[in-house]
Amino acid sequence: MSTTAVRDEVRAPRDLKPERTRGVRKAGRQRHAGKLTYAILIVFTVGSLFPLVWTAIAASRNNTRLAQTPPPFWFGGNLFKNLEIAWTDANMGTALLNTAVVAGSVAAGTVLFSTFAGFAFAKLRFRFKNLLLLLVIGTMMVPPQLSVVPLYMMVAKLQWTDQLQSVILPTLVSAFGVFFMRQYLMEALPIELIEAARMDGASSIRVMWHIVFPAARPAMAVLGMLTFVMAWNDFFWPIIALTQNGSPTVQVALTGLGRGFIPDQSVIMAGALLGTLPLLIAFVLFGKQIVGGIMQGAVKG
Amino acid sequence: MSSPSSQSVKVPPSPSVEGAEGGTAGPGAEPARRPSAWRSRRYRWDTKFSPYAYVAPFFVFFVAFGLFPLLYTGWASLHQVELTAPTDMNWVGLRNFSRLMSDEFFWNALRNTVTIGILSTVPQLVIALGIAHLLHYKLRGSSFFRVAVLTPYATSVAAATLVFVLLFGRDYGMFNWALGMLGVDPVDWQNGTLTSQFAVSTIVIWRWTGYNALIYLAAMQAISPDLYESAELDGASRWQQFRHVTVPSLRPTILFTVVVSTIGATQLFGEPLLFSGSAGATGGSDHQFQTLGLYLYEQGWVNLHLGRASAIAWTMFLILVLIGLVNWLISRRLTKSEKGSRS
Repeated sequence: MSTTAVRDEVRAPRDLKPERTRGVRKAGRQRHAGKLTYAILIVFTVGSLFPLVWTAIAASRNNTRLAQTPPPFWFGGNLFKNLEIAWTDANMGTALLNTAVVAGSVAAGTVLFSTFAGFAFAKLRFRFKNLLLLLVIGTMMVPPQLSVVPLYMMVAKLQWTDQLQSVILPTLVSAFGVFFMRQYLMEALPIELIEAARMDGASSIRVMWHIVFPAARPAMAVLGMLTFVMAWNDFFWPIIALTQNGSPTVQVALTGLGRGFIPDQSVIMAGALLGTLPLLIAFVLFGKQIVGGIMQGAVKG
Repeated sequence: MSSPSSQSVKVPPSPSVEGAEGGTAGPGAEPARRPSAWRSRRYRWDTKFSPYAYVAPFFVFFVAFGLFPLLYTGWASLHQVELTAPTDMNWVGLRNFSRLMSDEFFWNALRNTVTIGILSTVPQLVIALGIAHLLHYKLRGSSFFRVAVLTPYATSVAAATLVFVLLFGRDYGMFNWALGMLGVDPVDWQNGTLTSQFAVSTIVIWRWTGYNALIYLAAMQAISPDLYESAELDGASRWQQFRHVTVPSLRPTILFTVVVSTIGATQLFGEPLLFSGSAGATGGSDHQFQTLGLYLYEQGWVNLHLGRASAIAWTMFLILVLIGLVNWLISRRLTKSEKGSRS
């Protein structure tokens, strides 16, 4: 059975699209959008995209042009020059590589550990299960700032300042991820499948590998993407644990651009563009899946 | 410990398991059965302990980097600790807290956090609800719209804020230029109290409205069409349908987004930090948009008082608990009154 087949089968009761169109025709509810709807949506979309486009426009100009009115509305010829300056001045090469390592490890760790724990919470029975689950849910809402001082003390003591593990390890697991995977596997994974495998004498690792992981794959992909975006954009803890000239992530490097002694706004914009571009490309490629994941998580949560 | 867990994972009697059971019962049986006895014991251990092995990695990291630091923050808030020597802790009791209570910058930060929180959360959720409603129509290119409204979510706080600093620039910013076209005098966004808070809120609204719209959209799609059908039969207009069917059905989702956005607003940090440009962590020359999160950072990592930073963190925690409590009370009252009106 291919993954898509599993996904369709698994989502069938949840996937509201066919249901909706049917019900709609009956109820006459899902009307086609009028011109005004399109107009408002287009205005909103332009508002959503404009600051990003203008980042690129500003990055392609120079500082003098940005200090004139009216502001530029079209691209100039300095884009690559500015990108190059931002690249060297803000340590952008290192920063991008570091961020990829951090976001990649955090996403991989979160997905892996959340799938294991989410599966246990969804389908297995063990002592203190409910208590532990309550603990997971309770901590979902605790902001990271509350633990930042002791974390800093730990990092300082271990001499991890400016080393990537200082930002990877504290975010390697996520309560949200565990909850997300649990909610998905509750419905996606028929208990009979596990029981049948158990009956055949399959060890729990084999069950995990051959049954749970294939069934969880769509949710794992979604969780991985969401976590990657979050880790890529993480700001508060990295600017405490890392320094601009040592081993920064993109966000840390950007604060250096914004606050440093280079007041060249077009270079700052070029840096912002560089730091955002990888995620924008990912959005162009996987936007639909990310949207689907957020919407799916919303219904479940 | 054995009985609930071993019974609960229902292992249907399979030939191999049964045979093995016999093997353990009679240890003096044929040696040929031994391996299967060992296998069955391993099997039982496996079912019994694998759940713990599955949740263990999560809880190890969670305790080390989540629970322990959270509690230790409380401990540290009762000490004087300097950033330069984080391991030297002097007990000062509640002095960090009493200092905080008499610190005008703390109250200023608290006030700003509340104002920016309201300025950013309310419009964000209202607009999101409207956009979700529009996205719920049958649309050409609906997936384009959905991805497009989500792109700000992919933009980092740092990148977004740096752009908005330029757009809100007093002399050459786009917004003042547009206002100028309308005949309005340029606004000094950064230095005014309300204007700067408005500007900071705008960044938050820009980044999160589309995300919330998608969450509302998902909830709208889960509303049964029958409800609309009967509303229509009763002659309800579109607006009345939105008001009396959509919004009540969305109530749990709305409450959820309110809680999440409130928590987000309480920890607001990156936007005000970078919006002040070179002014650092003060949140503007006059602290006019310094939030609690920024104030915590300033106390800990600019003024080097980690103890005081911990006290701020715990105060934030208490505020969050309070908000959670209020929310819980409101939602309980809402569900109660709903039940009352239905019966």
